[in-house]
Formats: sequence, C-alpha cells, structure tokens
Amino acid sequence: MNMRAVLGAATALTAVGLTAAAQDATTLTIATVNNGDMIRMQALSDNFTEQNPDIALEWVTLEENVLRQRVTQDIATGGGQFDVMTIGTYEVPIWAAQDWLLPLDDLPADYDVDDLLPAIRSALSVDGTLYAAPFYGESAMVMYRTDVAEQAGVEIPDEPTWSDIKAAAEAMHDPDNEVYGICLRGKPGWGENMGFITAMANSYGASWFDMEWQPQFDSEPWQAAMNDYLELMNNYGPPGASSNGFNENLALFQQGRCGMWIDATVAASFVTDPDDSTVADSVGYATFPSREGVDNRGNWLWAWSLAVPSSTDAEDAAKRFVAWATSKDYTTLVAQEEGWRAAPPGTRTSLYQNQEYQAAAPFAEMTLKAMQAATPENPSVDEVPYTGGQFVAIPEFQGIGTAVGQTFSAALAGQMDAEQALQTAQQLTQREMQRAGYID
Amino acid sequence: MARAASPRRRAAISVLAWIVALLIFFPILWTVLTSFKTEAEAVADPPSFVAFDWTLENYFVVQERSDYFRHFWNSVVISIGSTIIGLAIAVPAAWAMAFVPGKQTKNVLMWMLSTKMLPPVGVLVPIYLIFRDVGLLDTRVGLVIVLTLINLPIIVWMLYTYFREIPGDILEAARMDGANLRSEVLYVLLPMALPGIASTFLLNVILAWNEAFWTLNLTAANSAPLTAFIASYSSPEGLFYAKLSAASTMAIAPILILGWFSQKQLVRGLTFGAVK
Repeated sequence: MNMRAVLGAATALTAVGLTAAAQDATTLTIATVNNGDMIRMQALSDNFTEQNPDIALEWVTLEENVLRQRVTQDIATGGGQFDVMTIGTYEVPIWAAQDWLLPLDDLPADYDVDDLLPAIRSALSVDGTLYAAPFYGESAMVMYRTDVAEQAGVEIPDEPTWSDIKAAAEAMHDPDNEVYGICLRGKPGWGENMGFITAMANSYGASWFDMEWQPQFDSEPWQAAMNDYLELMNNYGPPGASSNGFNENLALFQQGRCGMWIDATVAASFVTDPDDSTVADSVGYATFPSREGVDNRGNWLWAWSLAVPSSTDAEDAAKRFVAWATSKDYTTLVAQEEGWRAAPPGTRTSLYQNQEYQAAAPFAEMTLKAMQAATPENPSVDEVPYTGGQFVAIPEFQGIGTAVGQTFSAALAGQMDAEQALQTAQQLTQREMQRAGYID
Repeated sequence: MARAASPRRRAAISVLAWIVALLIFFPILWTVLTSFKTEAEAVADPPSFVAFDWTLENYFVVQERSDYFRHFWNSVVISIGSTIIGLAIAVPAAWAMAFVPGKQTKNVLMWMLSTKMLPPVGVLVPIYLIFRDVGLLDTRVGLVIVLTLINLPIIVWMLYTYFREIPGDILEAARMDGANLRSEVLYVLLPMALPGIASTFLLNVILAWNEAFWTLNLTAANSAPLTAFIASYSSPEGLFYAKLSAASTMAIAPILILGWFSQKQLVRGLTFGAVK
C-alpha cells in the first residue's frame, strides 16, 4: 500500500467518524426573551448538557417584541429556525389551534404536571392538553411604600377597592418632595398600557366584546374605568406618565418616587432587591383592586412558557429540555446556586408550600393569592366569547390593542378627553372586527 | 473675491460647530458613560454625568453571557462581503450609465432608487419564504445577498455621480492610445475615481454594519451579527440599561474607529465634484 492510499483511507475514516459524531449530537436552537429569569436559565444550562451530553444548546435571546415578531414569522411560515420557543399565554391558545405547537402530553412522570398552578395550566392548555410548559408566571397586584403610607396616615387593605386606592393616592401624593401618589402604565401598546387598562376595566365589570363580538367601549363600566384611570394619573401620577411603561415605573418606584404601583407581580422581586432598590425594606402588597359591588380583580395572568414548534426536527431533545427547564429540580438548582428568592415564581404549587421560599420572598403569599384569583377563561363579569385576562386571545388583538392603547395614551397626554378616547376606540375596534369578519 | 471672515465671526462659527457636534455626539457619549454605571445608577434621577462609581462589570457580564467575537465576525463578513460584491456589480453599471448613456438611463436610475422607497417589511414574507426554500435562512451567504441587493441602488448612484465628474475626453484619449475596455476601466477610470469608490465602500460598510431589519429577521443563532447582539440586551420587563449600553458600545466601537481613521477619505469622497 503506498502513502497516497494510506492518506486516503485515513481521510475517509476521519470523515466517517466526524459524520457519525455530527449525527449523534443534536443542536437545539432556543429562542428566548431577555429578562432576569431567562438569563439565569441560560447560565445554568450546563446542568442540562451535562445530563444530556448528546444535546448542544444555541441561544437566540431577543427583546420581547422582537422575539414575538421573529418567532411568529418563523412558525407561521414553517421556517424551522427554532426548536424551543419562549411564548406567552396570549400565543398558546391561538398557535395550538393552528397545530403549530406539539402537545406536551408525554412529559416524564416525575415532572408532576398536577403541581402546576391550575390557572396557569389552564391558560396553557387547549381542550385539556398542555401545549407549553410555564417557566415563570405572573398576575398583578398593588405594591406600595409602607413608610409613606404610614406617614400619610393611610392604611391600604389587603383587598382594596378603587376608592381605597384613590384615597391612598391622594394622601400619599407629595409632588414637592417628588413622591407621586400612584404610578401606572401609560406607554401605548397592547402589552403595555392596554395590559393594565384592560385588567382595570375587567375589575369595573367591563369587557372588550359582547357575545356577538360587538365592541363595548360605549358601556358605563368602560366610562367609569377610563374616567378613574385618567383622574388618578392626572391628579396623583408622575409627570410625563403617558411615556411610562413597566421599566419606567420600576425605576421610579425603586428610587422612592411612587407611593403605589399597580403592575405585574414579578416586579415585587425587583423592588425588594437591596442592590437596585432604595426602598427594598419598605414595600407592602395588596391584591389588584376591584370596584365596589363588582366581584372581579382584573384577571391578569401571564406566563412566559417554553413550547416546541411542530416545525422542529428535534422533538425528543426539545421536549427533554422543556421538561428540565420547567421542572421542580430546576427550581431547586436555582435555589442552590442563587438562593430561594431567585426561584422562578408563579408556576408550581410546591414552591409556595416551601417554607424556605416563603421566608426568602415576602411577596410570595400575595403573588399566589393574585394568581389563584385570576380566571382568564372567564375574564369579565359578563359572559364573553373570548379568553384572556389583560388581553383578548384572538390574532387581531395585537393590532387593535396597540391602536386603542395609542388612543388612551393620547388621552393621558391631554390630547383628548375620556369620552373622545372611548368613542375613537369603539369606532376603530368596530372597523377592524368588521374587516376581520367577526361582525357584519 | 470672497471676503475673509473676521476673527470674531470665525470664533462664533467654531463655537456653533462645536455645539452642533456635541449635540450630535451626545447620545453616543451618554451610551458610553452609562455602560460604566451600575443598573441603579443608569436610571438614577437626577442622572450623574461623571460623579458615579465607575465599573467595568457590565462589560464582563456581556462578554460572559454572549459570544461577542462570533457576532463581530459575522458583522465583518456580512458588511464587507456585501459591499465588495455590490461594488463589483455597480462599477460596470455606473460606467455604462455615466459614459454610454442611453435614452432610458435616467429612468433606470430612478427605477433603481424607487426600490428604496418600499418599506422593507413589505417584502419580508416573500423573501423569508424564498430563503426558507433555498436553505439560506440564518446563513451569512443569505445576508450578504440581501444586503448587496438593498444597498446596490445607493452604490450605483454614488458611483454614477463620481464617474460623471470625470471628463469623458480622458477615457477617449486612452482608447485612441489603444486601451481596450478592461484597461480603460482598470487603469484610467478606477484610479481617477478612487476617492469616490473608497467613500462609497466606507459608507456602504457602515450602512451594512448598522442594518437591523434584515439582520434580525433572517438570522437565528449562526449568522447573527452585532445588531442581534444589541437586541438581546433590550427588555421591556427588567432594567438592563447599563448592560444594553455596554453591548451597544462594543457593537459600535469597531465602526466608530474605522470611521475615525478614514474620515479624511470619507470627506474627500463625499465632497468629490462638489466644487468645480
């Protein structure tokens, strides 16, 4: 055998070996959102690859709105760019109905699917089948400065009404010292101001549509909710509130500029973090307010969840990863590495039964209460044809919600009054629903 | 004859120029300053300009979390690759339109420019589907093709403008001396138009480097450039401003340095033919 033949054989063997190795390793491309819990998961994912040496992970981390556009475009066209997608409770029922997601009905027995909080499990299921596994969940609640409340001589009940909130905002409002009675979302967007205003309207007994899909912005509950929202923000809110979203209000609250802030429960872990918050040791909590005589506390429910698109060619590996990242063992891993306070909240009953978690997270009890109170399958007092709490789970809602959000934000900026804003919302929603074929 | 400006007038113009330059540069300066703050200091009100605890932590965190050099390399390949291919197509096209214009040359030029008038999102879905079918999603080759095509009208227009400033008589003289088309372009036209070609090259590298619509929509993990790197640090739920600023500083630093060192060439090229 001459040298050329030896070299040829060696090259062929190497190629065969490399091909075999390449075939053994499955690479999962995971699209995820940029927030603290997701980044922590990325950092801890070595634990998964050590347990599954045949799987490699590639991360695509994007800002929430970019991620939503990117994964929607990919799944709708069957692009197959991602094996695991981070999506919310808005997408799951719509995408599952289109058969874009694989059912997660074959998770391992020790996953304990019955441990998932019932409201979250229900929001991520279609006809009783789970289509996405919750990574962390949230509802909404009142966060307030206990020291400012005490100084102002007000007491905020655990289950306040909007009248209680208005009275507390008035008492705590001290603009001369740059402390504003209440901070609420004003930045336009279906997931920004409309998340809050829709939940607030639900708590007033309002709804987006009646059973015939007719918009309901001309109803009394919507008028009352909108008037109170504008009154609260104009009289006791921070300046420039029409530009404030979650992050802007978080920054204001952390710097002691808000007496109260009503927003996602996940904010509680940020405002009590002594590294970032100047008011970490003086934060109190109450449930989302309701209107006197209306038995509804907004029904805000959201869960960032991991789903496997049907366009993946690595179904088994993707499901193994989803099961790992949303398991009880993962929660324990986070607690071991970064303490119980950092455990992803709002998904499992067992977390809220854990004494160590309760001790480390003073907001745990109120978070659980808020999440248990949410019934997104029946968001309003009246019967409605849609599901979703702070959103309406129909594909058209992103566009309609953002357009209505721009109108309400303009009202907050003083460009129109509540009545004009509601009229405009009614007209544009009616037009879009006609175009979409829901109504004639 | 132009009247010389008085010293006072020159000083006033200098001050005005500095104010305008600082206004333009301020967002970049603020981004760089924020990148050295903690997240709490980044959102502090009132903000501090320099009196804060300077830290490099954000840079360490960004480097630890993301593979900066992979994104950087993708940006280099995509921006330089698309510009070189664009120039290779645009030089002969601009030569033909500048020196051998036909009846429809102006219409062709306007038609090329009109392709820039359509918002990119208008053709996103068809291009995404074509890329899916030919396997170009999340590849550097795919991005080079797209960026070449979207920047081609600008390259052709810029080169056409430069070529028109070159007297056709010189090219004719070369032809009379026996130069064929290849020699005419390579040895006569290109050396004379070099400043223009260089500034076109630099400007298109910058445009391709900063392009964020197609580079975000057509990439996933493999070919994502620095625009995707920045986007991974933006968040509507959680304060990441200091880290976002660090990532932005790391992303714009190479192109800023390139622009700084080539500013003479850029200015010379951009003002080429402005004064006769």
